[in-house]
Formats: sequence, structure tokens, C-alpha cells
Amino acid sequence: MRVAFTLNGRNVEAETEPRILLVTLLREAFGLTGTHVGCDTGQCGACTVHLDGRAVKSCMVLAAQADGRSVLTIEGVAAKGENGGESLHPLQTAFRDHHALQCGFCTPGMVMSGLDLAAHLDSPDETAIRHGLDGNLCRCTGYRPIVEAIAQCIREKG
Amino acid sequence: MYSGEGLMFPFDYLRPQSVAEAVAAHDGEERRYLAGGQSLLAALKLRLAQPTALIDVARLPELSGIEAEPGRLVVGAGTTHAALAECREIAALARLAGSIGDLQVRNMGTLGGALANADPAGDHAAGVLGLGADIHTDRRIIAADDFFLGMFETALEPGELIVSVSYPRPRRAGYAKVRNPASGYPVAGVFVAETDDGVRVAVTGAAACPFRLTQFEMALAGDFSVAALEGLGVPAGELSRDLHASAEYRAALIPVLARRALGQGGEG
Repeated sequence: MRVAFTLNGRNVEAETEPRILLVTLLREAFGLTGTHVGCDTGQCGACTVHLDGRAVKSCMVLAAQADGRSVLTIEGVAAKGENGGESLHPLQTAFRDHHALQCGFCTPGMVMSGLDLAAHLDSPDETAIRHGLDGNLCRCTGYRPIVEAIAQCIREKG
Repeated sequence: MYSGEGLMFPFDYLRPQSVAEAVAAHDGEERRYLAGGQSLLAALKLRLAQPTALIDVARLPELSGIEAEPGRLVVGAGTTHAALAECREIAALARLAGSIGDLQVRNMGTLGGALANADPAGDHAAGVLGLGADIHTDRRIIAADDFFLGMFETALEPGELIVSVSYPRPRRAGYAKVRNPASGYPVAGVFVAETDDGVRVAVTGAAACPFRLTQFEMALAGDFSVAALEGLGVPAGELSRDLHASAEYRAALIPVLARRALGQGGEG
């Protein structure tokens, strides 16, 4: 079967089959390996992408379910500059400022969930941010710097 | 061509454009409806099921939207937990929806999918039973009291599709649970509501399917307060025992959770 959707702002198409997961399509058909496969059981959140603007686990979504919709991966988060360069999204800058990553494996998923939280939380409330990160596991940081980075991003949006 | 190919048994994928088309596409046995897929895809990965086709109903227009009616809130079966959590019409229901699974599951999983799956620890089961909601399908209306029959078993006929859920607006309601820290599912959860038709107390996570606590309901009918529950308990006999909790522990949790749910009961 063929699927067509918007991927990081571009219209794309790919040949797939019904049982293929969105994460597999992103990584293997489009080479977007920033979306990681951690557990493949819907627990760890390393595969988090946005589907129509909301964070979802792409290992728990069929590629077919994305047909006709809009997908954003970590590769599409930074702003494109005029001369082909990229400038980090404020949340990515906040992750750097707060040392919110160590080994980096969970980071793409953390950023994608963090973007959803930053867009939908009205205030940088720590309890709400931690609740929002229930679906993302990190084995390095102890979460505190990640929570602080997302809080900074929410404060900056004012 | 893709490395994930070996994971799930192969199936066809259909995306009908209407409820009528979806129901017509269902053969009653070998095909399954796909809503958000947050439970179904996990089961398929484990090869616990082998449907010949998935019928994707998540985007059917007839399953979308939340309508505030006088005295009732009608929620389309395709409504995600996240969308319900953001709807402030029934505060206790919004809190319940906002406590399901995690952010990503709430963004994908749907009310109708959760009810049809009928996980014994489903949060929505407590809300539907606790409020005495009506479940509207493609062919009839099923009262919440008649819907849940057992573990992963409902009154739905093969191929029957949930279209919406009509909740009566409570005067007061609350929901409290203890989450299993690994799965996020309630070890036990209690929904307490005072509606125009009386008091209802529903429990999820503690037995094969959700159930009501009529003794608690009678006590609260005269006095909707924590004090009215003084001395009331739940026998451990019929409750679930598993690696997460003993039946006795669940029996001890239920009155505590009922009191906590009552404590939130100021808001409809």
C-alpha cells in the first residue's frame, strides 16, 4: 500500500505494508534516524514524534495511520536559515543550557514530548511537567534538568 | 524491505469513510476495528491476536466531537483521552481522562477504543459506570450497567461499533486511584458521583470487570460525605489477586479511594 503525508513540512509518499510501524517507515524509508527505537513496547518514549501536532509514540502507530496527516520528527524541529543552516529551537537551546541530556538516547523523544507540553501547559508547573513526561524514560539525568529545560521554554513563551 | 516485517502477523488495512461502511466491512470474526491502537497494536506485536484486517475508525466524522447538551455530555467514541481531558464540562471526567497512561497514549488512545477493549483496569470503565452513561453503538443504546460482562468482555456483538457515549452531568463527582508505577494502570480506582438519578460508586482495576458498590451508594445517598462511609468495607473474596497486589490490599484500598474521590466532589 501507498501512504502520503506531510513530513517535517514536506509532502512525501512511500510504499509500505499495513503492519509496518510509523517509526520503521521514518527510519528506513526516509533515513530519519533521530527517532529512536528503545523498547518497541510503548513504554520508553524514545520514538516520540508529533502526529497532527501532538506527541505520540511512533512504535505504537502504524505507518498507515499517518496517511493524510502531518508528522514532525526531531529533524524538523530546528528552524531552517536562509543559507541552509539551522538554528536550534528554544527548547533545544534550553536542553543545552540545563545539561538536560547525557547519553542522548532518550533526548529526541524528550524534546518532542517537551514541545507538546510547552505548547499546551499554561505555566511551568513542575508537577504538571513531570506528569507530562510519564511516557519518556531517561536513564542518565534523573529528569531534573529535563524538567528545568521545559520549564524555561514555557517561561520564555510568556 | 522493512526490518519490522517479522513483528506482527500480516493483515489488511481498511479506512472506511462512514460508520455504515465500517460496519459493512466487518465480517464479525476475523477483522478488528482499529481506533487509537494503543492497546491493540501492543497485543498484535505480542501476536496475541491475528486479525485478517484492521478497520481504521479513528477518523470517522460520526465518531468525532464533544457535544454539551442540557443535563448531558455526549462524547464521540473517537475522542482522544487528551481531548476529553481538555474538555472542562465534567471536571471529574476530565481529570480521569488526564490521568490515563501517559501523554502520548492520551494523544492517540480513544474513549471508544478503551471501552471496547474493556481492560479490567481501564479508567474509562469507572467513569462510564460511575456516572451511569449510555453507550451508543451503530445499532442500539447499551446502559453502562449492562455493558461490562467480564475480563476484556463486553455486551458488544461481533462487528458492533461504539459511536458515542452520553454521560449525565453529575451534581458532584470525583475519581481517585492508585496507579501501578510501571504500567500506569490502576491497581484500584473508584469513581463516586451524585447524579439526578442518585448516588453511584464504581470500582475499576480490582476485579475481572468494573463493578458498583451498592452499600457505599446507599450510605452516601443520605449524606454525600466522607463521614457516611465510616465503618464500611469491601470483602476481599471476589477481588483480583496478582503480582501487583493481593485481594486484601485491593479491599483495603477501595474505601480509602472512595474517601479521596469524595474529597474532590465539589465540582460537577
